[in-house]
Amino acid sequence: MQYYRAHVLICGGTGCTSGKSLEIKAELEKQLVTYGIENEVKVVMTGCFGLCEAGPIMVVYPEGTFYAHVQVKDVKKIVEEHLFKGRIVKEKLYYEALDEDKVISVNEVEFYAKQKRIALSNCGVIDPENIDEYLAKDGYQALIKVLTDMKPREVIEEIKKSGLRGRGGAGFPTGLKWEFASNYEDDMKYVCCNADEGDPGAFMDRSILEGTPHSVIEAMTIAGYATGSKKGYIYIRAEYPIAVKRLEIAIKQAKDYGLLGNNILDTKFSFDIEIRLGAGAFVCGEETALIESIEGKRGMPRTKPPFPAEKGIWGKPTLINNVETFANIPAIILKGGEWFGSIGTEKSKGTKVFALGGKIKNTGLVEIPMGTTLREVIYGIGGGIPDNKKFKAVQTGGPSGGCLTAEHLDTPIDYDNLVSIGSMMGSGGMIVMDEDTCMVDIARFFLDFTCEESCGKCTPCREGTKRLKEILDKIVAGNGTIEDLDRLENLAGYIKDNALCNLGQTAPNPVISTLKFFRDEYMAHVVDKKCPTSVCKDLLQYTITDKCIGCGSCAKVCPQGCIEPLGKEINSKTKRRQYVIDQNKCIKCGACLEACPPKVKAIIRK
Amino acid sequence: MANLELTAEKYALLKTFIDENRSETSGLMPVLHKAQDIFGCIPIEVQKFISKELNVSVSEIYGVVTFYSRFSTEPVGDHLIGVCLGTACYVKGAQKILDELQSALKIKPEETTADGKFTLTATRCLGACGLAPVMMIDDEVYGRLTPDMVPDILSKYDKEETK
Amino acid sequence: MKKSVEELMKIRQETLKKMELRENDAHCRIVVGMGTCGISAGARPCLTAIVDEVNKRGLSNVQIVQTGCVGMCRLEPMFDVIIGDKKYTYVDMTPEKSRQVVVEHIVNNRVIHEYTIGEEEKE
Repeated sequence: MQYYRAHVLICGGTGCTSGKSLEIKAELEKQLVTYGIENEVKVVMTGCFGLCEAGPIMVVYPEGTFYAHVQVKDVKKIVEEHLFKGRIVKEKLYYEALDEDKVISVNEVEFYAKQKRIALSNCGVIDPENIDEYLAKDGYQALIKVLTDMKPREVIEEIKKSGLRGRGGAGFPTGLKWEFASNYEDDMKYVCCNADEGDPGAFMDRSILEGTPHSVIEAMTIAGYATGSKKGYIYIRAEYPIAVKRLEIAIKQAKDYGLLGNNILDTKFSFDIEIRLGAGAFVCGEETALIESIEGKRGMPRTKPPFPAEKGIWGKPTLINNVETFANIPAIILKGGEWFGSIGTEKSKGTKVFALGGKIKNTGLVEIPMGTTLREVIYGIGGGIPDNKKFKAVQTGGPSGGCLTAEHLDTPIDYDNLVSIGSMMGSGGMIVMDEDTCMVDIARFFLDFTCEESCGKCTPCREGTKRLKEILDKIVAGNGTIEDLDRLENLAGYIKDNALCNLGQTAPNPVISTLKFFRDEYMAHVVDKKCPTSVCKDLLQYTITDKCIGCGSCAKVCPQGCIEPLGKEINSKTKRRQYVIDQNKCIKCGACLEACPPKVKAIIRK
Repeated sequence: MANLELTAEKYALLKTFIDENRSETSGLMPVLHKAQDIFGCIPIEVQKFISKELNVSVSEIYGVVTFYSRFSTEPVGDHLIGVCLGTACYVKGAQKILDELQSALKIKPEETTADGKFTLTATRCLGACGLAPVMMIDDEVYGRLTPDMVPDILSKYDKEETK
Repeated sequence: MKKSVEELMKIRQETLKKMELRENDAHCRIVVGMGTCGISAGARPCLTAIVDEVNKRGLSNVQIVQTGCVGMCRLEPMFDVIIGDKKYTYVDMTPEKSRQVVVEHIVNNRVIHEYTIGEEEKE
């Protein structure tokens, strides 16, 4: 066995990879050779560390030194100073990893110390392309336990006991879903993993697949045993090439070790997994649409019932769970349903992964026990809003969710609380918005999304979302009336009640919740014809005040050529005529505002 | 418009893939993914070819091809630019990036430049929200963008063409 | 190759040893002074020798870390061996002596007193 005195872990998640972490790894290996210590230091590419804000991330063990924003040019210094000479390169440390002069290890940094990681426990810890490291972290122990001394019924009971609910959005109890699927008898049954993560702002499924693909494979195999099926499908977005590659590697390794395939661990149980790629249709995240897509059809939802547990893929009983749901299964089997049930709130057990994004300092992935308050997540772990701006709202649940405001900050997060305040858990995206975000514009943004992604099967969704969007377009263009707000409300309620699938039923949520909590902003748009945050271009007006010194800087940059020295006043100091903007020609690009000398500040935007 | 070459070699490649993966439960999607890879798009000629091979009607194939945004019936440029318009990117100013690209390339989203070099698209969340706003050119992700970075990034691709 | 449960358990144990470094509870820590003085006095070959010896003997649960100048430059190369709350400082080292320390102190649990200074300081 080769002994290494140091392990360097480099994040190989999508975020850090786009920050060139692959090149950093190559440079690191090169520099280690240059310094002749390549046999003393081991380089490991891991999955996502979760703190994408600090990426690309590099962690050096045994000290747990946490380097952030590492660039290729920094590698030489880290190798020479830290790995060769043993002096930590303090200026490259993550800002919280240095307290006065004391270096704090990665696990003690606030962002990680406040989390409880179950689904993400292996992310950023093991090499996802090495099955041995997964085995070392208790990997496949749950499968061994299940196959050697549990009956399928007992497995399902354990999951039911845990209280685990689906992490993909609706929050259906997972144990019940397994039970339904196991109750239908057929010659062929399927287990399907829904990895068509489509909610904008959510990327936990991608990170789990990139960081610990074996967890999902193990859990699917356990589900296969519990429900009596032999074949699994993973339906994954084609937009996630790294996750697809790691899954392919993991499946191959599992087959090599006999953990997938025929007669697993010399039992009578056989199970195999196939990857299916999505092709860029949001609606395929809906389980029946996903089934249609696997069968090679347009991804349009089916009417339920029959539910997939009865008639799913190729008309056979099918169990569909989301990636994060599966990632919790091995821990539940090993530590018991009671242990899992002891975490979280009364009706929402365990932990949930949230993707923090938007106007928040620590963007990235966090896993917290259910029942944690929004305040703790946003200000405690997330580090608050950057640039001292004011918190306005947080959007949860993607295009199906709603916006929560400052008054909800102390609400404990769980499935039922979020629904009761007009949003939903969804897949766990949390987009934070500050005082500069226009809520009407955000509502329009989501409608734009659902409009385009509506599959077109049912009229309420196909036509209704279009009409909603037209009204919102009208409002942000400054042509809205107060009656339009009532129309929005009526139509939203109608779509909610009549659409075929969940996507359609929840599509109006962003409109409903912004209307409820930010009606004053809508009123400003339709009555005063003003956008309080200066986001909606058509409602802006640029004017030149009498501070103008007639320098003409603005006229030079104006793409429309609509600023001319036509003012009544002549500046007393410069003896030049002041400039005026022709409002009819102005396209509100704001170039003049930037061109006006900072000392003068004669142009204002209202 | 970028070049579209429907050569016999490409058809042969597709045929091999179809033959190797023929089974009752293989479905249409893997074949379409392969076709999109090989030809860069799935024009009606290719759809007819698949129709014959798989014994599925052209109308059904056409329906599926036009349903999914990753399949296209017309060729795309040498480089595919996808600007993420997911929520996190949108809140952080992705629209400005898209505007800048439109004026730099003189095309609208879903169009290709006259020289066939770039196709501009607005995509759904790329899952790199931590780096918002982001765009993807081919397989490369560019994060933490500001509008003034756009010309530099584009010029990188221009240069490599003239080499 | 298909693996039996026993084989899987064996892989698990072996990989666990390799990954122990990423946990913070090593049985034994060797802290090598790698300041400019240490390096110029020849700390580098000592470190290499220690790593090599640990490797050869297949020792696990040993952490080897480096530190900067400890301020006793004339005694370099030097390193600390810390087991539990006992800390011994070995000074004036050579690669050969370093190997001896690994074998005697860490494997056989016999401190080589003639090489140490300031015995049994509490950490």
